[in-house]
Amino acid sequence: MKSFFLALIKSRAGLFGFLLVLVFVLAALFAPYLGLPSPTRSNLVARMAAPTWTGLFSPGAHPLGTDELGRDILSRIVHGSRITLAIAAASVILGGIVGTLLGIVAGYYRGVVDRVLMRVVDIQLALPLMLLALLVVAALGPSTRNLIIVLALTSWLRYARIIRGQVLALREREFILSAHAIGAGTWRIMLKHLLPNVMTPALVIATLELARIIIMDAALSFLGLGVQPPNPSWGRMLADGRVYISTAWWIVTFPGVAIVLTVLSVNLLGDWLRDYFDPKLRTMR
Amino acid sequence: MSRYLLGKLGESALAIWGVVTIVFFVSRVLGDPAVLLVPVGASQQDIDTIRASLGLDRPILEQYVVSLVSTLRGDFGMSFQQGRPAMDIVLERMPDTALLAGTALLFGSIIGAVCGAIAALKRGTVSEFIVMVAALLGQATPVFWLGIMLILIFSVDLGWLPTGGAGTWAHLILPGLTLSVFVSASIARLLRSSLLDIMREDYVRTARAKGLLPRTVFFWHIARNALIPVVTMIGIIAGELLGGSVVIETVFAWPGVGRVIMQAIQSQDFPVIQAGVALIAAIFIVVNLLVDLLYGVLDPRIRRR
Repeated sequence: MKSFFLALIKSRAGLFGFLLVLVFVLAALFAPYLGLPSPTRSNLVARMAAPTWTGLFSPGAHPLGTDELGRDILSRIVHGSRITLAIAAASVILGGIVGTLLGIVAGYYRGVVDRVLMRVVDIQLALPLMLLALLVVAALGPSTRNLIIVLALTSWLRYARIIRGQVLALREREFILSAHAIGAGTWRIMLKHLLPNVMTPALVIATLELARIIIMDAALSFLGLGVQPPNPSWGRMLADGRVYISTAWWIVTFPGVAIVLTVLSVNLLGDWLRDYFDPKLRTMR
Repeated sequence: MSRYLLGKLGESALAIWGVVTIVFFVSRVLGDPAVLLVPVGASQQDIDTIRASLGLDRPILEQYVVSLVSTLRGDFGMSFQQGRPAMDIVLERMPDTALLAGTALLFGSIIGAVCGAIAALKRGTVSEFIVMVAALLGQATPVFWLGIMLILIFSVDLGWLPTGGAGTWAHLILPGLTLSVFVSASIARLLRSSLLDIMREDYVRTARAKGLLPRTVFFWHIARNALIPVVTMIGIIAGELLGGSVVIETVFAWPGVGRVIMQAIQSQDFPVIQAGVALIAAIFIVVNLLVDLLYGVLDPRIRRR
């Protein structure tokens, strides 16, 4: 653990990503206590106010400007990150658990189970992920729960494929053979012996998937299929601000900057984790 | 080789069947299109008549078998909204999508390959740093936001290019550029890491040791092998782009396949959804088959297997 953090501090990119992620997570967790204006209360007097940096800490300051209803954009971005990060984290966890377990089962049992599962993966891969997400959100309706399900659905197969490959190699190793020899049951072998050994790749995939899912979540809400108003969401803010692009550039600019910074920091962290734990994963994506 | 190809074709057919099946059942959950088609305040009887004329009053399994049989014949039925064959509606948007995808793939691959090669060959220099930062930023930027920013700069502020639509070369520049950035960022990063992996191989050292020209070593020993994962990546991206990037087509009001499908989903036009998704899946699968065949050219070991 200590060497892990030492290596993290030594790598500039990894550390940068880690610190930025930390800042975003803390800002999201403590958003209500940061003294920001309400993200949903409109103020028609201050409609589309340009960003101002004078008197930054006075109550009426809008460092990133206001939107078409006079709502503070900084506050909407910070509050939007709560929902975005919560949805992204939930779908990464859901997709990760399902994908990892299916990968272990396929790699351990091989044979018919494996072939059926890999066929399902192939079928799903024949559809662009965005199209699949669109279809399913449209069918289920845009709610937070459905969004999580859909995003997890676009994610599980990456874990399943890579973990399966790892398990295929692991199951021939001596410690698994000896577990068999002392009479360990199938479930015990899968959960106690195989699972701990694939946790590292699963964690690496999860970090990189988090970045991809944040972008896809923003794209879905950009198309109007994400979190429904009045809850602020980054993609929705971009879609709404597009109408005012010729008069208020800040409405469409800052939510995008927030997405880029978040995804960039998660990617930097993910890349570093991958290179630290298992550089072989690089070409497996 | 032919057995390998037959196996691949079998897998492809299975995948298309799976996609058609999924889309059939998912689109039936979307809602009742008959309600959308009748004027407000129509009687239940009118709705029933329309449902019967669309074949929607039949048991779901019967509808499924009927649609599967007609799919085999390439017939996806009439669009509920436009009363024309659904496949025609999708196919006539294909040239626009192909134009945009082709532009982005061509420029994106070239830029990405050059940048990736520079980053790998100039290890530890400023050039590598710039390329890697640019590629990281490119990968972290959602395409739709990049598109909006380009519109903001080149259409709203400078007034050089149209904000959206299609028809002239000027219309192609912004969406093409947006997608090229996305394509080249992924390719540059992958090519760099794959080049660096290959450069460490023993056979590369051998090739250098026996006195081959650095250029020969690079193109015949390193690049050829490093391209294998890149080809896979280009295949995946090509599939995604040819499937119509729904989001970028929405941003630039580009009249492509993705937007047609999006509109069909909103108006619950089942036949058009099915035709569109089946077409995209077919393109995806054909592209992947081509990639598999390309492997054989790049890596003779795969051909023999």
